[in-house]
Amino acid sequence: MKKRPSLIAWLFIVLGTSYFLLPLIATFLFSLRAKKDTLGFTAYQRVFEDSSFYATFRFSALMALLTIIASMLLLVPTVYWAYLRHPRLHRLIELVSLMPFVIPPIVLVFGLIKSYSRPPVILVQSRGLLIAGYMVLALPYMYRAIDAGLRATNVKTLTEAAQSLGAGWPRIIWQVIVPNIRGALVNGAFLTFATVLGELTLAQYLAWPAFGPYLARISQNKAYEPAALTIISFALTWVIFGIVLLFNSKDQQQTQFGGTH
Amino acid sequence: MAEQASERGRGAQSPRLDLRRINWSWLGTVPFFLFACAFLLLPSASLVIGSFQDNQGNFTLQNIADLSQPSIVNAYLLSMQVSGVTALLGTLVGGLLAWAMVLGRLPRFVRAFLIPFSGVASNFAGVPLAFAFIATLGRVGFVTVLLKDLGFNLYDKGFNLYSFWGLSATYLYFQIPLVVLILTPAFEALRPQWREAAESLGASGSYYWRSVALPILTPALLSTVVLLFGNAFGAYATAYALTGGSLNIVPIMIGAQIQGDILHNPNLGYALAFGMMLIMTLVLVLYSWLQRRSARWLQ
Repeated sequence: MKKRPSLIAWLFIVLGTSYFLLPLIATFLFSLRAKKDTLGFTAYQRVFEDSSFYATFRFSALMALLTIIASMLLLVPTVYWAYLRHPRLHRLIELVSLMPFVIPPIVLVFGLIKSYSRPPVILVQSRGLLIAGYMVLALPYMYRAIDAGLRATNVKTLTEAAQSLGAGWPRIIWQVIVPNIRGALVNGAFLTFATVLGELTLAQYLAWPAFGPYLARISQNKAYEPAALTIISFALTWVIFGIVLLFNSKDQQQTQFGGTH
Repeated sequence: MAEQASERGRGAQSPRLDLRRINWSWLGTVPFFLFACAFLLLPSASLVIGSFQDNQGNFTLQNIADLSQPSIVNAYLLSMQVSGVTALLGTLVGGLLAWAMVLGRLPRFVRAFLIPFSGVASNFAGVPLAFAFIATLGRVGFVTVLLKDLGFNLYDKGFNLYSFWGLSATYLYFQIPLVVLILTPAFEALRPQWREAAESLGASGSYYWRSVALPILTPALLSTVVLLFGNAFGAYATAYALTGGSLNIVPIMIGAQIQGDILHNPNLGYALAFGMMLIMTLVLVLYSWLQRRSARWLQ
């Protein structure tokens, strides 16, 4: 067999990489041209001077954080419990966690508005509904992260050991199970954070001053700032995924689909 | 539900201890199922029910029949074309990249760069992605201007970023990396022994690919195509940011319907969403079936 690198393989990689790098280079160059005839970081400066940049970013970051906390409070005990006591329920939970794939964000927000904008339950003006919607978007990969974490842990033995030492349920979950699946939880948390941070559909139709709608508004009204914001978003995504990769072991590869594309 | 379960439990086995156990088990998962009912089941069910009702709330099939309006049929067709084209092209290009990376005997840094980059790029979507493509292939975009200087005017040749091929080129930016992430393990699972065995029996490289590798990879490739189809079909943010509302795909149409009842019939809007859920359900069923088939060899 041949041992030298294949030329065709190189060709594919070079072509593929240029397709991926060109838009980034183009956007970066564009972002530097905010001042006529000179290259500079004026566009970035303007972005960082814009108070609604911080306000919307803070809002979305807060929503992301609350989504992560609420998802974990809901999912960790549930999936753990199903693992321990109800293998059959486990299948059902898995099925439910796939449902968001069938309901794209635009359909989800349509259904949420239809269900919760008239009596008996009016929730459309509550942040709770936005967070619940984000929890739905995050459900598939949050579930998979937790499931993979628990699969790699000996749930039964750990529980029995903790019980024989006199620990109650809250203590078992918080001090025994959670530390054992910490990597998986961090993984799910950052994927959720990346998704919620720039999310457009739900925030726009539920009328929240979030980062996604802010990006959309800026890109319609300004020329150079959106380019700067695009580069900033891309850098942010790298940072978030850098952290995920640090925690990602080989057997828990995460691929996200059907999210906020 | 908890009550019923404990009743059954009582009848079956030793009463006391078992009763307590089953009660607990149910209670543990009740919050999750309540959440799922309230924010997954109820919203989707209310759309499904709404699509079979008229304005007075009576049962009707008229909305489903009205989906055959030309504008709606065209939106579904366009959505399917964008999803189909980006699914096929994405799988082809992503598959070639994954093949080159895994089996191309390239230096290790290629992989060390390409895998994390694919993770980032497959999640890089929505407004920033749309803007990156406007800066690249828009009317005054980097590549457009560059090609113009070289004497090739993209827009005179019929290309338009805000149309079918422009949207497809943009979608491919998150479709291709997803394929790289999914198919890399599949190419890695091709055992060198299979190739050696084929070669020792006199098979050429192309014969090995046609008769051994491709048949083994086929379910994985097909399931990737299906997954990508769904991934593009449900996408809203990127299309909205790129074209505003000018390209009439189903998610954009639903968005316009939420904002201003463009169909002049709320229930027809629900039917539009119902159709989308139906297609996504088919995609998911097909995907999980193909997944199970591909798991047979590639584990």
